[in-house]
This record gives sequence, C-alpha cells and structure tokens, in this order.
Amino acid sequence: MDVVINGERKEIRGGTLLDVLEELELDPRAVVVEHNRKIVRRAGLGGVQISDGDSLELVHFVGGG
Amino acid sequence: MTTAVETMQDQPLVVAGHTFQSRLMVGTGKYPDMDTMVRAIDASGAEVVTVAVRRVNLDRSKESSVLHFLDPKKIFLLANTAGCYTAADAIRYARLAREAGFNDFVKLEVIGDEETLLPDVAGLLEAAKVLVQEGFKVLAYTNEDLVTALRLEDAGCAAVMPLASPIGSGLGLLNPFSVRTIKRRLHVPVIVDAGVGTASDACVTMEQGVDGILMNTAIAAAQDPVAMANAMRLATLAGRTAYLAGRMPRREVAMPSSPTRGMLD
Repeated sequence: MDVVINGERKEIRGGTLLDVLEELELDPRAVVVEHNRKIVRRAGLGGVQISDGDSLELVHFVGGG
Repeated sequence: MTTAVETMQDQPLVVAGHTFQSRLMVGTGKYPDMDTMVRAIDASGAEVVTVAVRRVNLDRSKESSVLHFLDPKKIFLLANTAGCYTAADAIRYARLAREAGFNDFVKLEVIGDEETLLPDVAGLLEAAKVLVQEGFKVLAYTNEDLVTALRLEDAGCAAVMPLASPIGSGLGLLNPFSVRTIKRRLHVPVIVDAGVGTASDACVTMEQGVDGILMNTAIAAAQDPVAMANAMRLATLAGRTAYLAGRMPRREVAMPSSPTRGMLD
C-alpha cells in the first residue's frame, strides 16, 4: 500500500504501526509515532492498523540547543 | 567573613520540583562528532542537556539518535521546540517530545524571525498557556523583555529563559540591566539561554544573579569544545560565586587601596 512517511511517499506491506516500524528496521523504543497527525502511544502501536493513503511521522531526538 | 566553604553552600537550582546541582545547561547540536559531544558534556558538569525533535532519517535507519550517546539516567533530557515558527507547531513538537517518555519538561521556542531567530512573543505566550494546561513544565525561551517574562510567569511557566543575545551569535550578554530586572521581578527561575560566546560571557551573565545559563554553540563551535566546556563550568561557578559574594560598589572616581597616611615628606 502507498503511505506517506516523513513527507515521502512510500510503498509498504502494511499491517499495524508496529509492523511498519519493523519493516523500516526502526526500534519502537527509539521513535515516536504520529499517525494521521495523532500521536500513538508506544504501547498502542500494535493495535493500530495502517491504511492506504495514511500519513506517518516518525521522530526521534537529535542534537540541538 | 565568608569562607570558601560557605560560598560553596549555594542552594541548588530547583525547576518545577526538580533539583539540579549544576547551574550550567548545555545543548547537543553542532558538535564535530559524538565523542567530542559526550566528553564536552562531561567536562561541563551539566545535568540538564537539551535535544531537538526531528524526523528519523529513513534512508539510514541504522543511524542512531543522540540518545544512543547520552545516558538518560545520568543526565536530564530537556527537549526543545527549536525551529518552530508557530504556536501550533511548537505544541505539536512538545507533545511528540513528551511521548518519548523521559519527562514533561519542554524548552519552548517559538521563533518569529529567520534572520535573528528572535522569539515570537505572541506565539510563545499562546503555546505556553496550552502546554501548561496539558501538564508540561514549560521553560520558555524569550527575549529580555520584562513584561513578556511576567506574562510567561503568569501563564504558569516553570522557568523563563531570556536570551543574552541572538541564538548562535556569540555576542554575549547585551542587556545586563534587563536580565537583572527580570530576575528581580520573577519568582520562577530565570535561566539565560543563547548568545554566550566565551567564558567571560557566562561569568558576567551569572554575576547578574540569574539562576542558570544554557548554551550550545559557544561550546560546540569552540576550537576545543571539551576545554571550552570546562571553562564554561568554571565561569558559571565563578559568576555565581561572585554574585553571592556581592561585588563592591562602582565608583566614578578612584580611591587608593594603599594608606594615604605615612607617606614620606
């Protein structure tokens, strides 16, 4: 399915948000997920299905002042 | 007489119920490499360390976040909303940062101008009110304007962070009078953030009596960041100690330090 992740169109297998992170080889403990502009708690990632056209933001902490 | 031991009995810095021994807070941006950053933070003695929220780089998913190099058990992570130009954006970034699960502190920045990176005061107040309502401990980066600082305190901010000079400018403390006035009038901690260039700037800033100081570029962009971090640690302590010691009054005329009596004919 086609989704937008961090502003880029991407084709992914789908499933839950946890599945998506696994597909992208991202550690769920190291990222925060925003699904269609709504933050999804880490514990809830396995319970939310991603759909065609959805938008995801995957963020983490980087160096900053 | 105040002894060295006594001056060391400075009260710790308390922000929203959290106690910090160091009054120096440092950023994690712009370091030449992560090893230098880690050693510089260590040399600075800082407990509060700022980080920014950004998109994960999907092309390099193995790339580590800054957390890979910092031990959240040893340092207190302070997420910022740097780069946000609207209240809505800053609120969104703050919520994402809190979700990372470390604490509910946020260094709130709402920038109003690209060239100077000066704060958007209206947006800042708007975002502060919302975030305080949501239970955030807001440390608000602001300009050195007393009335704005008072409004931020009224809005429930945990600390107010007036700038010394524009972010990354290294111009030092441009307006000591305003910063002193803010410190005198506010009840919440006043932590000067941004604009320090070298150790003397940190010292002069702390001599104003403010509760703390936050810097990033002054350390990260020094030729030897680890050595500069150590200098900043000492300067922060020196400035704080000088403030507590109480400086002599300024005089417009000289007064001899040696006796005027007993001179030879």
